[in-house]
Amino acid sequence: MEITVSVNGKPERRDVEPRLLLCYFLRDVLGLTGTHVGCETSLCGACTVLVDGKAVKSCTRLAVQCDGQEVTTIEGLARNGELHPMQAAFREHHGLQCGFCTPGMILAAVDLVDSGEARDETAVRHGLEGNLCRCTGYQNIVTAVLEAAGSSS
Amino acid sequence: MSGDTSYIGKPVRRKEDRRMIQGLATYVEDVDLPGLHHVAILRSPFAHARIDGIRREAALAFEGVVDVITGEDTTHIGTVPRSTVLPEEVNSPRTPVLAEGKVRFAGEPVAAVVATSKEAARDALELVEVDYDPLPVASEPEAALADGAPVLHEGIDDNLAFDWTLAGGELTWGDARERADRVIEQRLVHQRLAPIAMEPRGVVARFDPGTEETTLWTSTQIPHFVRTFVAIMLSIPETKLRVIAPDVGGGFGSKLNVYREEALLCFLARRTGKPVKWIERRSENFQSTIHGRGQTGDVQVAVTSDGKILGIHYDVLADLGAYHQLLTPAMPAITGLMLSGAYAIPHITIHVRGVFTNRMSTDAYRGAGRPEATYVVERVADLVAAELDMDPVELRQRNFPSEFPYETATGLTYDSGDYVKALNKAIEVGEYAGLRAQQAEARAEGRLVGIGLSSYVEICALGPSSAMPSGGFGWDSATVQVHPTGSVSVLTGVSPHGQGQETSFAQIAADKLGLDLDQVEVKHGDTHAVQYGVGTFGSRGIAVGGVALYRALEQVIDKATRLAAALLETEADQVRFEGGVFHGPDGALAFGEVAFAAHVAKDLPPGFEPGLRATAFYEPENFTFPFGTHLCVVEVDPELGTIDIQRFLAVDDCGKVVNPMLVDGQIHGGIAQGLGQALLERVVYDDAGQLLTGTLMDYAVPKAHQLPRFQTERTETPSPVNPLGAKGVGEAGTIGATPAVVNAVVDALRPLGVRHLDMPLTPDRIWTAIQAAERSKVGAR
Repeated sequence: MEITVSVNGKPERRDVEPRLLLCYFLRDVLGLTGTHVGCETSLCGACTVLVDGKAVKSCTRLAVQCDGQEVTTIEGLARNGELHPMQAAFREHHGLQCGFCTPGMILAAVDLVDSGEARDETAVRHGLEGNLCRCTGYQNIVTAVLEAAGSSS
Repeated sequence: MSGDTSYIGKPVRRKEDRRMIQGLATYVEDVDLPGLHHVAILRSPFAHARIDGIRREAALAFEGVVDVITGEDTTHIGTVPRSTVLPEEVNSPRTPVLAEGKVRFAGEPVAAVVATSKEAARDALELVEVDYDPLPVASEPEAALADGAPVLHEGIDDNLAFDWTLAGGELTWGDARERADRVIEQRLVHQRLAPIAMEPRGVVARFDPGTEETTLWTSTQIPHFVRTFVAIMLSIPETKLRVIAPDVGGGFGSKLNVYREEALLCFLARRTGKPVKWIERRSENFQSTIHGRGQTGDVQVAVTSDGKILGIHYDVLADLGAYHQLLTPAMPAITGLMLSGAYAIPHITIHVRGVFTNRMSTDAYRGAGRPEATYVVERVADLVAAELDMDPVELRQRNFPSEFPYETATGLTYDSGDYVKALNKAIEVGEYAGLRAQQAEARAEGRLVGIGLSSYVEICALGPSSAMPSGGFGWDSATVQVHPTGSVSVLTGVSPHGQGQETSFAQIAADKLGLDLDQVEVKHGDTHAVQYGVGTFGSRGIAVGGVALYRALEQVIDKATRLAAALLETEADQVRFEGGVFHGPDGALAFGEVAFAAHVAKDLPPGFEPGLRATAFYEPENFTFPFGTHLCVVEVDPELGTIDIQRFLAVDDCGKVVNPMLVDGQIHGGIAQGLGQALLERVVYDDAGQLLTGTLMDYAVPKAHQLPRFQTERTETPSPVNPLGAKGVGEAGTIGATPAVVNAVVDALRPLGVRHLDMPLTPDRIWTAIQAAERSKVGAR
């Protein structure tokens, strides 16, 4: 099937198999390997991207479902060489160690803040429960998200 | 040190982060090569079965498939290695890369398909027909030891890999029992856990027919070992195998191993002439990446009525799984070595029976034998305190060693420590007396509030080669390559996977050489770029690899000082190196000027070797022994059986700290895994050996909302073992946290008469325990 998806602001027109998952469309077709695949069952959240601004687990969405939609991956978050405040906050607060969950975690957090749900620590922790991290114990991630939420409000 | 510490000790932000927060890191799955083919692996659905036949024709005919191999094609490949010297005598059956006539656990590789796409490879798996003849299954160790149990390995009729006893100390167990006022007994279960690195394993292999060299990309903690062992398995020279560990998405011990797929992919790359990739699916990760823990033991503790522990006797069944992996038998041996915990105990016995079961292998998972030891000793401390009606703080204080170095009954020498200080800091910062007062009030209201402590010690910086339970390889290496412009490459033999050593090692080098942090690049994980090294595990990165770096830096400075002296027309002992400048009596040269002169070599003194580079191999004289006290406060909901962690305070002493931000990060993550074991995680196999917790839906990795905010504090007792004074920190959180939580929950339920609960402390277990306790009260009335 032929689809056109806007990825990080650039229209991508491709002929894809209907069964192709969005995560593999991004990784294998477009070469955007910042989107990581950790479980293929939408349980770990490593593959989270933004579709029309909302956090979506790209391992359980078909590429063809995204025809006509806008996808933002971790590669598209920094603008004009400037880190997105969430990226900067993750670095500042040591919100990552091995880095594998990080792209999905950052994009889930961006959606959380943009949708006004990052009200306090409890809300952030619940808001991120679909994204697993095995390294950090989440503490510095939560701190980073709260800081980014504060600076964007 | 030079005294100039502009980076060491500071929370320097990580150099790694730039690529990781922008999606620019390279993990194995991101490696792409021209003509890349994909491998999918068919795994046994049975825990124990004979293979009567395999038909691969239909799979071979599937579009895109170029090869299908089975165990018949790989009999020439050597066994997956086991590298242990403790226990001394171990039955060690062959671990084949593909099953040979029989499968012994659900998930064992049976066949591999190579295809032009991963979809084709996966689809074709379903066309490989295997005739299995199911056999009776020994899933639990007890079942494997029972009369008439199914035999896993021919010739090992009792399914025992080893039967090992370690006993020592100034008293015998008989003496300890005799002198004791009581002997307290308890069965303790260390449930199997799945490490669950967020990046599953993955392997890419390419064979170059011109050079006959194989390049292997693998998600590993030990690229150099993988090179050695895979070369042995495939009978190829090590010079013809290059192993690259690119960015590695977490390990926790699960990637401290040599796996079937690493040898298999090298073999397939050569056999097919195509570069090949295999990425582990999460379901495969649960089935066939090593598990941790899996010990069930009966502890007896001999104790005087005033709370002095005279002896511990621990009788353990270790669930090894079906085959040995690299360190499988060593795990309970490390538990035995560490059974003195943070205490001076005059006698210790551990008796371990290592049992083959129809399950995936157990091996090193964060802590690797020490969490089990710490859990035994710290549960014992609270059991004894409860039985004697003594405060757990006092019980611990009475049993700490009074001086260091301290030699344990198991033969280890604790390098340095101040266990009283760490405990006192925990009770001061935690306001322990106030907590007990609040607990008394809560209890008066009928609320179930508990306070738990854990004073742990662990064995780190593994270690002296002669004393390694793995049988050597206790050292590590570093090269400092100074470039003509004065920038520096550090090549480290350790292979980090999240610990931030690109930053912490750069801090050490930049400080020592008086450079800016961005003038130092740390390289690791490529056996063709880096001198042979050992790896990142056992909390050894800084305390072994960092010390090797320190030694190499000293050599570089020594040579540069001699050159600077010649250039400044003075003697080396007249030159002082400070802040990146060589100061002589009549002049000074910047480090970069000397580096440039060393390479230009126009003005070198006669006989002076050009260049500026040094490699050091550092062999530690002893292990290091980090320690600390964790304090946990919980409230249990009696209606729901849920646990609210109201406070978690960790006081850790990992010796001198290079980067406190990274240390806190290690502690946080470690505590999360410790809490995971205490509260949530458990690998479950049924009696047929089927894995019931095979997805992230069924296996409870802690999520953000299930964890509290941790408070971290430190004491700092330098290790005398190495010049950095560092002890190691990677596993401390996991080791210290688990018993603190369990002790807190048991303390909460103590008014109901509960003296022990097995992990994980799920709401249903808590609720059931509360109901049982209340029923027995009613019955007693």
